[in-house]
Amino acid sequence: MTAVLYDTPGPKARVRNASLGVVGTILVVAVVAFVVYRFVATGQFSPRKWEWIQYVEIQKTVLAALSSLLQAFAMGAVLALLLGSVLAACRLSDHRWISRPATAVVEFFRAVPLLVMIFLFYYGLPPATGITVSAFWAVVLGLTLYNGSVLAEIFRAGVASLPRGQSEAAYALGMRKTQVMSFVLLPQAIRVMLPTIVSQLVVLLKDTALGFLIGFQELLFVARTLGSQGQFNFPIIPVAIVVAILYIAMCLLLSALAKYLEQRTRRSPKRADIDPAGKADNEVTISQATD
Amino acid sequence: MDVLLDNLPLFGSGFLGTIKLFVVAAIGSLIGGTILAAMRVSPVPALRAVGTVYVNTLRNTPLTLVLFFFAFAYPALKIADLSFFTLACIGLIVYTSAFVCEVVRSGINTVPVGQAEASRALGFTFNQTLTQIVMPQALRAVVPPLTSIMIALLKNTTIANGFSVIEAGGIYASLSERGYSVMVGLLWVAVGFLVLVTPLTLLQRNLENRWSVAR
Repeated sequence: MTAVLYDTPGPKARVRNASLGVVGTILVVAVVAFVVYRFVATGQFSPRKWEWIQYVEIQKTVLAALSSLLQAFAMGAVLALLLGSVLAACRLSDHRWISRPATAVVEFFRAVPLLVMIFLFYYGLPPATGITVSAFWAVVLGLTLYNGSVLAEIFRAGVASLPRGQSEAAYALGMRKTQVMSFVLLPQAIRVMLPTIVSQLVVLLKDTALGFLIGFQELLFVARTLGSQGQFNFPIIPVAIVVAILYIAMCLLLSALAKYLEQRTRRSPKRADIDPAGKADNEVTISQATD
Repeated sequence: MDVLLDNLPLFGSGFLGTIKLFVVAAIGSLIGGTILAAMRVSPVPALRAVGTVYVNTLRNTPLTLVLFFFAFAYPALKIADLSFFTLACIGLIVYTSAFVCEVVRSGINTVPVGQAEASRALGFTFNQTLTQIVMPQALRAVVPPLTSIMIALLKNTTIANGFSVIEAGGIYASLSERGYSVMVGLLWVAVGFLVLVTPLTLLQRNLENRWSVAR
């Protein structure tokens, strides 16, 4: 579509585009250069500030933080997928007394900010009920409830996006409700929704960083601790750069998987009649945004 | 109920802070996102590349990390002394713009190719095609997903609180100082967000139904 917005540039337009390109590049380079200059001017690239990276103990701390981050992510992802399937099944139920409460639960947890939920588990529960929740579980529970609700919506939308003929044909063949769902609708819906589900897992991975705010020992927490240590000359920016690279790399990898899955399903001939408009493209964007 | 009524000024100023942060960040990210989207569909390859790299990076960065940079790393750079509110706004705008850009761009993609082709045939330039033909039509497709991004932004303002901006999420700290139940206080914060988010959700549904185009 984008190439349709303008004609093939003639000589004049080529010059104009080229000069715009040069101006744009100069602007961007100027901003980046200014930031790098400030980094250099405040001595962020001095060897003294990067010494910490050589210490084996510190490397171990960073790796431990990475592994606890991944543990929280894995636990949250599995539990959220489970909760999502249960809630979606309830919402799709024909009995109103099951589907109505499920809808309310989904709407509630989607509207409440994830951080408020994590705070509720970490700061709210212990004084009120005497149950202490560790930072790890506060993060995992928050992630599960929020992402489980979002995933429930994704699953439901996936089933709803299938042509009605699919379930009608299955009922005509004498299948029961459970059979229709598990043998006919779900296999197709999961196929359509897989890229969106993986994108939601990217959101989950990103939100694991929220644990920092309640002192869960993940990467940002380690960055904060290391950054305030005088013996390494307060290397907050160098540590933040390393941690940022780790975080972004992990998320980019997961996003790349989502993109690969999307392209694979799009190529697949079986998919053609289900989602002709390439709606999933839109949906990935939307689901990514709802964190 | 006592927790809410006894501390009404606290809740009031907290949610006022949330709304202020939200409005500033929303306006900023709408402008930023639209500019980014225009860059990503423009005939200038350099601008397209910059837009793509920016969007792909920011969409894969946790907001906590963005705000972490502005809260702890930015002061170390000694560029300009900004208040924390300003920094939180900048952080939220930087982050949300990337999402707005993607929605606007996919909105542009929903406009049939013939529209742009016809306007080119009439001799419209890129700017005219974009602003007079494509964008007005794309808007209808864009508004519902844009609303969900704004809802996400509203909820994300709580993360800025973790870095000590005065707003709704920070109420719990003052409550525990005054000896009220943090649990109940946080539940009221949750209810407050329900109250703020629900009208937006209803508006979104309404627009979706009214504006869905029969093509």
